[in-house]
Amino acid sequence: MGKQDKVKELKVSAIENGTVIDHIPPQSVFQVIGILGLDDINNQIMVGTNLDSGKLGKKGIIKVSSKYFESEEINKIALVAPTATLIVIKDYTVVYKAKVMIPDRINKIVKCINPNCITNHEPIQTRFTVLDKEDLTLQCYYCEKTTKKENIRFL
Amino acid sequence: MRNNSLVSIHDITKADYETILNLAEKFETNPKRKILEDFVVATLFFEPSTRTRLSFESAASRLGAKVIGFSDTTSTSVKKGESLKDTILMVSNYSDIIVMRHPKEGSARFASEVSPVPIINAGDGSNQHPTQCLLDLYSIRKTQKKLDNLHIAFIGDLKYGRTVHSLVIALTNYQTTFHLVSPIELKLPSSVKRYIKEKNLEYHQYTELEDVIPNVDILYMTRIQQERFADPLEYERVKNSYVLRNSMLENAKKNLRVLHPLPRVNEITEDVDDNPKAYYFDQARNGVFVRQALLATILGAKLGK
Repeated sequence: MGKQDKVKELKVSAIENGTVIDHIPPQSVFQVIGILGLDDINNQIMVGTNLDSGKLGKKGIIKVSSKYFESEEINKIALVAPTATLIVIKDYTVVYKAKVMIPDRINKIVKCINPNCITNHEPIQTRFTVLDKEDLTLQCYYCEKTTKKENIRFL
Repeated sequence: MRNNSLVSIHDITKADYETILNLAEKFETNPKRKILEDFVVATLFFEPSTRTRLSFESAASRLGAKVIGFSDTTSTSVKKGESLKDTILMVSNYSDIIVMRHPKEGSARFASEVSPVPIINAGDGSNQHPTQCLLDLYSIRKTQKKLDNLHIAFIGDLKYGRTVHSLVIALTNYQTTFHLVSPIELKLPSSVKRYIKEKNLEYHQYTELEDVIPNVDILYMTRIQQERFADPLEYERVKNSYVLRNSMLENAKKNLRVLHPLPRVNEITEDVDDNPKAYYFDQARNGVFVRQALLATILGAKLGK
């Protein structure tokens, strides 16, 4: 274990069981907390931000004990923090580690930005096609309007 | 065509356009063909649009179909708060196909998902109006005898005009050169320009109408609406710069035709109406033939001999 790793360990300690969301852009840390509803659960949570990162320069990290995320929640993370890595830990051991991926289609979780879209007026689950994953752009399957990253609101 | 419904111009391919336009030509030669006598066509107009509704009802009647429906929602269960899904499911019990206009974008797509019978979108808010697009294509092909290698100018509100968006997208299937004339605030949005760029087609942008007239085959005029402007003074400045007068057509090419989705207000002066280059009323007439072709195609009716 190198010196750098030791320092990191001191900053945010390990968890026994749960999920670590690593490599979050620092400006998105609190948004990730919000969209996952982490401010509203009783699990132990450790949050670090503006930590040094080789890949990102600065990064944020969130460790949530005894919590495993569903694919819809992981899609939400991908939309606001596309650089994030998801690490699942069981009994202090990493059992899964992968970068989150923006899916080709986004169902149910995002609200259409168009106030005149039928999905904002009738009980209809939203559906989007991801037009651009780099410069995140979603197209509503119903009204065909596009929603850019800065306008994404979650349902 | 996906699910046999026609919701968006994106649902149909270039081959579909040509099938429909060719069939529309046959209806133009002989509009009265009673090939849908056993069918019921429902026209559900959740917002009024006399022109489009009458065009569809005329098309259905000339094919011998029965027409049921409503032209506004004041006397319907929609007024009582019935959901769109319920209205569509009920009406699909009474009809073989539903033609609908609705003020909310995406309503027709949703209807096509819940309806057991085909849906034809006759306008969903500012989103799509595919039958207008097809009748525009028909009018261009009829007047120019082709769809490839044409110079087509779009004038006025290119930002919000849904007919412009659909027609531009449809024309990217052909070797079109686009001439886009609008005030800066009403330029064609990048979401539509994307289609032109993807096909590497040529396009030019202008702010002056006079600049394009001598070089184009089609002038597609649109109305500039006051409510699009935050500043009323800006509207006053702009509204008269995109008005077509008969004298402006002097140097136009012989084959030029003026199209307009109608209704017009003041963007084409009445002295243009008598110019043989004015084609907007014929364009509206073509709408009936195109809608006959669509109803017949979707309902699987054959022309016979």
